Amino acid sequence: MLTYIIRRVLQSIFVLLMVGLVAFSMFRFVGDPVDSLLGQERTQADIERVREQLGLNDPFPIQYIKFLGKAAQGDFGVSYRQGREVSTILAERAPATLELAGVSALLAIIFGVGLGVFTAIRRDGFMANFIMTTSLIGVSLPTFLIGILLIYVFAVELGWLPSFGRGEVVQLGWWSTGFLTESGLKAIILPAITLGLYQMTLIMRLVRAEMLEVLRTDYIKFARARGLSKRAVNFGHALKNTMVPVITVTGLQIGSIIAFAIITETVFQWPGVGLLFINAVQFVDIPVMAAYLMLISVMFVLINTIVDILYFAIDPRLSADASSRGH
Amino acid sequence: MNTALSNFLASDFFYKFSRSPVAIAAFIVTMTLVLSAFFAPVIATQNPFDPGSLNLMNGFSKPGVVNDFTGETFFLGTDDQGRDIYSTILYGLRVSLFVGFSAVLFAMILGATLGLIAGYTGGRVDSIIMRIADIQLTFPAILIALLIFGIAKGITPPSYRDEVAIWVLILAIGLSDWVQFARVVRGATLVERNKEYVQAAKLIGRSPFSIMIKHILPNTLGPVLVIATISLALAIIAEATLSFLGVGAPPTQPSLGTLIRIGQSFLFSGEWWILFYPAVTLLALALSVNLLGDWLRDALNPKLK
Repeated sequence: MLTYIIRRVLQSIFVLLMVGLVAFSMFRFVGDPVDSLLGQERTQADIERVREQLGLNDPFPIQYIKFLGKAAQGDFGVSYRQGREVSTILAERAPATLELAGVSALLAIIFGVGLGVFTAIRRDGFMANFIMTTSLIGVSLPTFLIGILLIYVFAVELGWLPSFGRGEVVQLGWWSTGFLTESGLKAIILPAITLGLYQMTLIMRLVRAEMLEVLRTDYIKFARARGLSKRAVNFGHALKNTMVPVITVTGLQIGSIIAFAIITETVFQWPGVGLLFINAVQFVDIPVMAAYLMLISVMFVLINTIVDILYFAIDPRLSADASSRGH
Repeated sequence: MNTALSNFLASDFFYKFSRSPVAIAAFIVTMTLVLSAFFAPVIATQNPFDPGSLNLMNGFSKPGVVNDFTGETFFLGTDDQGRDIYSTILYGLRVSLFVGFSAVLFAMILGATLGLIAGYTGGRVDSIIMRIADIQLTFPAILIALLIFGIAKGITPPSYRDEVAIWVLILAIGLSDWVQFARVVRGATLVERNKEYVQAAKLIGRSPFSIMIKHILPNTLGPVLVIATISLALAIIAEATLSFLGVGAPPTQPSLGTLIRIGQSFLFSGEWWILFYPAVTLLALALSVNLLGDWLRDALNPKLK
């Protein structure tokens, strides 16, 4: 098991180095950093001085290593467009995205698992069939259309909820939260549903499929024969055994939620890192793009690695298999 | 009647198709949309991007209601500049479908080539190609497309950006989507590589290139076709999403996504039709192509026969 973990971690480091190379190449080759720092009035001496300062005269591998060193300390330079430190801008924006992603993930898990169990137990019921059909339509709807639809119904027609922004936020140290004000709580509802809906259908379908599989097994039949209550059979025995794949998929989906937040944040003008990234792409703000790329890759790789290692912790059968094969 | 057609009508494939109402409906919707996009200049009532054919007085005409100023009627309404929504949808469909088809074609050629090479040569080449594919697969396609779009935008000089936007879009979506094709073709190649006909071709001294193209590739096309159809639906949605985010088709050449983006700003003032009809068209297109892909997957799956 230890060799497995070490190999897995080495792989992750390799992926991060590759992503770092992409981010670095963007800095180095897309647009000229000297151009973006110096204005029209410049002399050859200025250019030379800036090139030396930025280390552009060093050989390529040395520049790359220096870049990685700085990136590891959170230094991604200055945004071309806002003229401020990229790390400061990201730190300002991160709480908005993390709160949104957290609420969406929570919604997706609670409703996904709940509806999944429901549709599996009442397999042929009218409600269960209705939910399954609706979920199929939900999957084919692009995220931004779901967002617009929700805005139209709940903000334009009914006027219950705000259509954009985060509402009032409260500053707690460097973290700004929208959970402590009424307008903040109202503002998060529609974006969180939009972002979580796709993941919810995914989890629901997975839980349903796994539950149906488990409910067919002998030990469930036996548990029923022993006269255990429906509740104990369904939740104590069946649901517990469906949890391994569900946790894997859910873990992997958390990364996607943060990436897909780009779309939701644009629809609702939610001031998070996704909206920042879209604006950076529109204005070719390379430092912001590179920093976002690195940040999200670290997050993805971290989550993937943890999920893979968790496999062993959750399912004792796996490590038993691995040791019986003698690695 | 020529034999190719009669063979097709008598085939298993056509029989299955004729027995599936969902597939027929999806096929009809898809073909209607493709044909109307193709004949857009003929069946549109105006060219919405020729300023000469627009009349500002027609702005914000409601669908099917006679305009008070000009007395004209537009059955899907008009936008703020008096553009007929029906015509903009037809032209938008053209852009959406063109980008979707081209991106899938590009992804298919790139993915199939790399998959063939990986599967046939094996060893180090194989592990490098598949490792890159694995890394790319950990990131959502939309993120990769956005990144490629941003980089390409940075490389092209500002004055050309609108002109090349469509091609950049195709490149970005295609590059974010090749992995599926590479995996499927590689898997099929690994199976075919060890079959007798390939051994025989090697023995008579055919070059690896011609073995890959002429012998192995045709045998991998079934699953590639299925992936291509599903990819087309995904590519159309990806294009719409990128355009909606404002990093796709330029306003001078709007796709359905751009039209939805434009329409969104009129939602609050009650001009719902500017958003609604392009959105419905996009949905119909994505859904019917998706259903066709699903049906094709089942129809071509030998396990389900």
